[in-house]
Amino acid sequence: MITGMWASLTIVILAAFTGYEVISRVPVMLHTPLMSGSNFIHGIVLVGAMIALGHARTPLEQAVGFVAVALAAANVAGGYVVTDRILRMFCKAKE
Amino acid sequence: MSASILIEPVYLLACVSFILALKRMSRPQTAASGMVFAGLAMAAAIAVTFAIPGMRNFALMAVAMALGGGAAYYAAKKVAMTGMPQMVAIYNGMGGGAAGAIGALELLRGATGVAGAFSAAGGIIGAVSISGSVIAFLKLQGWMREKAIVYPLQKASNLVLLAAAVAAGAFCAIHPSREILTVFFLLSTAFGFLMTVPIGGADMPVVISLYNALTGVAVAMDGFAIGNFAMMIAGTLVGAAGSLLTLLMAKAMNRSIPSILFGGFGATEQDSGDIAGSLKSIEPSDAALMLGYAGKVIVIPGYGLAVAQAQQKVKELMDALEAKGVTVKFGIHPVAGRMPGHMDVLLAEAKVPYDHLFDRDEINAEFSNADVALVIGANDVVNPSAHRAGSPLYGMPILDAEQAKNVIVLKRGKGRGFAGIENELFYKDNTRMLYGDAQESVSKLIQALKDV
Repeated sequence: MITGMWASLTIVILAAFTGYEVISRVPVMLHTPLMSGSNFIHGIVLVGAMIALGHARTPLEQAVGFVAVALAAANVAGGYVVTDRILRMFCKAKE
Repeated sequence: MSASILIEPVYLLACVSFILALKRMSRPQTAASGMVFAGLAMAAAIAVTFAIPGMRNFALMAVAMALGGGAAYYAAKKVAMTGMPQMVAIYNGMGGGAAGAIGALELLRGATGVAGAFSAAGGIIGAVSISGSVIAFLKLQGWMREKAIVYPLQKASNLVLLAAAVAAGAFCAIHPSREILTVFFLLSTAFGFLMTVPIGGADMPVVISLYNALTGVAVAMDGFAIGNFAMMIAGTLVGAAGSLLTLLMAKAMNRSIPSILFGGFGATEQDSGDIAGSLKSIEPSDAALMLGYAGKVIVIPGYGLAVAQAQQKVKELMDALEAKGVTVKFGIHPVAGRMPGHMDVLLAEAKVPYDHLFDRDEINAEFSNADVALVIGANDVVNPSAHRAGSPLYGMPILDAEQAKNVIVLKRGKGRGFAGIENELFYKDNTRMLYGDAQESVSKLIQALKDV
């Protein structure tokens, strides 16, 4: 079984190829919603921010962690609403 | 801690859902459902993170989430559709800022070696992403000079700044030091600001997409540093998809990434040289007559339409013309409205049917048998000098409006487009200019059409 560094590297390289392949045939009109959607997906940074704040001990660490969680939460909430609003327009147009 | 055995399976499921979500979002029919996938995956991933053993500061966490999430939710609901590009920029920047802060925290705790290197990488990329995105936001929002800002030795000084930031980051990853860490983040942030300042408003969509990809990479780096594979996968996914999207967007504008980042494009107003002909204005009543008796009209919407919020009126004009038996089609340039697909979204909001929208390749063959090309608030994307070697626009794919029998241009004033280049199309014999705010001009056209 592969472990540590190599496992991580394998995961990342496969993920990179997946990201590339998945959107390689996207029509131009979906560029903006797709950018907005992927903007939401990197909101997963909230998980890291929660872990960082969750293990903070000193006031300085707490402060930096607090900022990280607040910014990441904004990325998640804002990213979702913006993408949802853009995509709703497309649905309306199809009806 | 029975809930903690769920953490890894849920992360895995979330990663799979993110991939499916991206896949669904790249097709118009399934795009909306893709976002639901991603949303559910995100909610689940966040929920199980609370169950990680040994976590504390839950009250602080809840307050931060409520503050950041609440403010962003409210702002995203309130903003007009025309403001979407800068909203994407700012929320992306916040993600980058969070990634930078996580990197900072890891270094603050004395991460060294491999973990330190990944933390420093996440830190610098995140810091550049948030500071660059803030500049992009300010430029698009009109709170900052939109044209490229250039000064002597700009590239050299930026390069020195970047090298200094990387050196400071490397130092922190080897010898933890609070002072150098502060310097590291100051340098990284300054670099993000200064590298974005020389980029003009017209290139901003590509830059926002680039920062989106960068935030993805920063998140992946942090994932490495703290050993969280959900962040590694989702971050890399966005980094790769975002990079490809950036290239596709740049290609649609016929711009290369290096020329966008280092070109200072649009900083100076080009001398137009000699253009034959003159600008000829037209009354709304005459324009309406021309449109009303046309067999086929191709509408070319541009950023001016978006700014004037004229999409609803344009839909009414379309209905009025179709009632008179005129065929109406929309030619959408890939970068019309500043961001690829932005114009499609605005017209969709006004309920213009999907099958009326055509992209550049589809519509260009049709101009030669169109009676009127109606240009609404578009400029550079119909500038025929893009066909002429030596023009700064040379090679940019354009809509060949000049081939239509008649061209009517709705324009706010006599100013130039983003590229700062005079538009020969406006001087042609068969071109007529209708000056004024796009919404008012289209309203006048609709009124005048009633008498035709």
